[in-house]
Amino acid sequence: MTVAETEERIIRYNNAFTETLAELLREDPDVFIAGEDVGRYGGVFQSFAGLNAEFGDERVVDTPIAEQAIIGLGIGAAAMGLRPIVDLMFMDFVMVAMDQIANQAAKMKYMYGGKAKLPLTITTTAGAGLGAAAQHSQSLEAWLIHVPGLKVVYPSNPYDVKGLLVSCVRDDNPTIFTLHKKMLGSKGHVPEGLYEIPLGEANVVREGTDATVIAIGMMVGEAEKAAEMLAEEGINIEIIDPRTLLPFDIDTVVQSAKKTNRIVIVHEAVRNGGIGAEIAAQIQEEAFDYLDAPIARVAAPFSPVPFSPALENAYVPNAERIAEGVRGVLHRSS
Amino acid sequence: MATKEQTKISKEVLFDLHRRMVRIRLLEEAAGRLASEARIPGFIHLYVGEEAVAAGGCVALKPEDQITSTHRGHGHLVAKGGQFKPMMAEFMGKATGYCKGKGGSMHISDLDLGMLGANGIVGGGVPHAVGAAFANKYKNNGLITMAFFGDGSTNIGAFHEAANMACALHLPVVFMCENNEYAEYTARDRVMAITDVADRAVAYGMPGVIVDGMDVVAVYEAARVAVERARNGEGPSMIECKTYRFYNHAGVDAFGTPYRSDEEVREWMERDPIKLFEAQLAKAKVLSEEQAKEIHAEIQAEVDEAIEFAEASPMPDPSSDMLTDVYTEVS
Ligand SMILES: Cc1ncc(C[n+]2csc(CCOP(=O)(O)OP(=O)(O)O)c2C)c(N)n1
Ligand SMILES: [Mg+2]
Repeated sequence: MTVAETEERIIRYNNAFTETLAELLREDPDVFIAGEDVGRYGGVFQSFAGLNAEFGDERVVDTPIAEQAIIGLGIGAAAMGLRPIVDLMFMDFVMVAMDQIANQAAKMKYMYGGKAKLPLTITTTAGAGLGAAAQHSQSLEAWLIHVPGLKVVYPSNPYDVKGLLVSCVRDDNPTIFTLHKKMLGSKGHVPEGLYEIPLGEANVVREGTDATVIAIGMMVGEAEKAAEMLAEEGINIEIIDPRTLLPFDIDTVVQSAKKTNRIVIVHEAVRNGGIGAEIAAQIQEEAFDYLDAPIARVAAPFSPVPFSPALENAYVPNAERIAEGVRGVLHRSS
Repeated sequence: MATKEQTKISKEVLFDLHRRMVRIRLLEEAAGRLASEARIPGFIHLYVGEEAVAAGGCVALKPEDQITSTHRGHGHLVAKGGQFKPMMAEFMGKATGYCKGKGGSMHISDLDLGMLGANGIVGGGVPHAVGAAFANKYKNNGLITMAFFGDGSTNIGAFHEAANMACALHLPVVFMCENNEYAEYTARDRVMAITDVADRAVAYGMPGVIVDGMDVVAVYEAARVAVERARNGEGPSMIECKTYRFYNHAGVDAFGTPYRSDEEVREWMERDPIKLFEAQLAKAKVLSEEQAKEIHAEIQAEVDEAIEFAEASPMPDPSSDMLTDVYTEVS
């Protein structure tokens, strides 16, 4: 987004989500929302605040604690032509509903000869850093990008929240839309009215020459902080936010790799089997000859998310560790 | 509480029920205070108001029996013999905590005490009770398992699968429901078409009873019957305790929440299980008001000591502790 745009209308990441839902509900009578606490109470993070009051119990539905049935409700209703938005309060609960997501929603079209159309959006919240411990802090995008038939998006700022959410809800495939819990209060420019950010298009957040940092979710902001730290050392990094994790915009990444020749991938999930492994593999398949250093990954250690702030602070990657990763790929080659 | 029933219960048991409830209450009030002062990080789900359920249930158990718990697990651990120092230290994320600072409030547990773990996944612990009971039966050790769970958790698949399996395999399980009328911020009647969770028991093939969850003796009596059934090899039972959490789903706000009225909260607070029981004990001349005060003071001193211990305890060290306990080391 340009400087001129940012002067217009600054709102919070969480409010961008709520506002977009309201606009989508107003626009399309086939859109409805269902999930735990999303109705009367407006969601545990108030992400659905006011929607039940405006659209009623039929369109903003409080459900029992029943993640499998919540996703199943979305699948059945989508198959009947509605455009459900169903919520999993925490991304950790994806595992509770994984059969409905991966065995059912993702495969229906393929298994049933292409006849099923599933305009289903699953919304959820990921991320650590709030002392919520092992079962309320995970980033599970790697579990989801392994499933053909799904689309997975992860906005890193309020502008993208709106544009990506609109694209998800209007898409005729099952999509998973992930908010980051710790970013809910972060602010940015969001125009009024609905607009789309095409699924599968990365955003070059910062142009640079010395190395490319590919970061997702909250790590995009950390990468931007790292860029400032590194600029003082005379290192100029490019930052790419994929925005959509599946399908993945490998072209934008490869273009950047050919320019900077050095890659650092950052995510909050554990390194082992993380999305960084997939991105690194794709880059070396397409641009191996352009790389001047092994691709580096900055990610969480291979343990559950710890509760203690002393451990959690060291667990979640940050600007300092990203900068360290960049210095690493530069030193190796010099 | 019918005094007739009470005479059947020994003084020892009455004192035990009282002490366990007060231990839960005073630890919880302290934890809530520390959380609101940000001396305890993260979320905290307090058990205040529901003490009679954990105390009544656990007093009916042998120390070697097992329990499973929920996200609201502090009371269950205290009732099962949990010590204040390692609990308080765990709430603060200290290395001296029951879970070495890795679990926190929501995962508080001590497997050595037969407390198989507080759980962040609603319904997540109920199937474990079935497994533990299976092991008890398998080993023929005479022990049983009690699963604590909320009204809301009876809507998730794991609960139904576990209840059916326990009955089908005829296992020594007691299903102990804490029906506090809310799941987080949503009232039961918005997400369930029945009023009484106990109605579900018949569908699995076990008896289901409803008790006043603010009456610790009533809970204890019902638990004793169910525990005996389980121990005699007669299979699972369900007990639904009608209870109420005095504070918000998480944190310490009792009043001024949008999803329940202050009036309703006040009405339930009138039926504070500890006050009710103390009044009954005083009336029956089992425990005077004076003696009750002394017990409170003694337990409060232990709580204060635990806070001091926890605050003086070291944090875990990321460089050495992050990756421990992910796996059991092969020895
Ligand atoms: C699988 C799953 N879904 C949702 C949640 C979020 N959540 C935590 S506690 C809770 C309500 C539980 O209600 P209940 O079982 O009645 O227990 P109570 O909090 O009333 O003690 C919910 C929905 C969760 N932790 N796990
Ligand atoms: Mg409840």
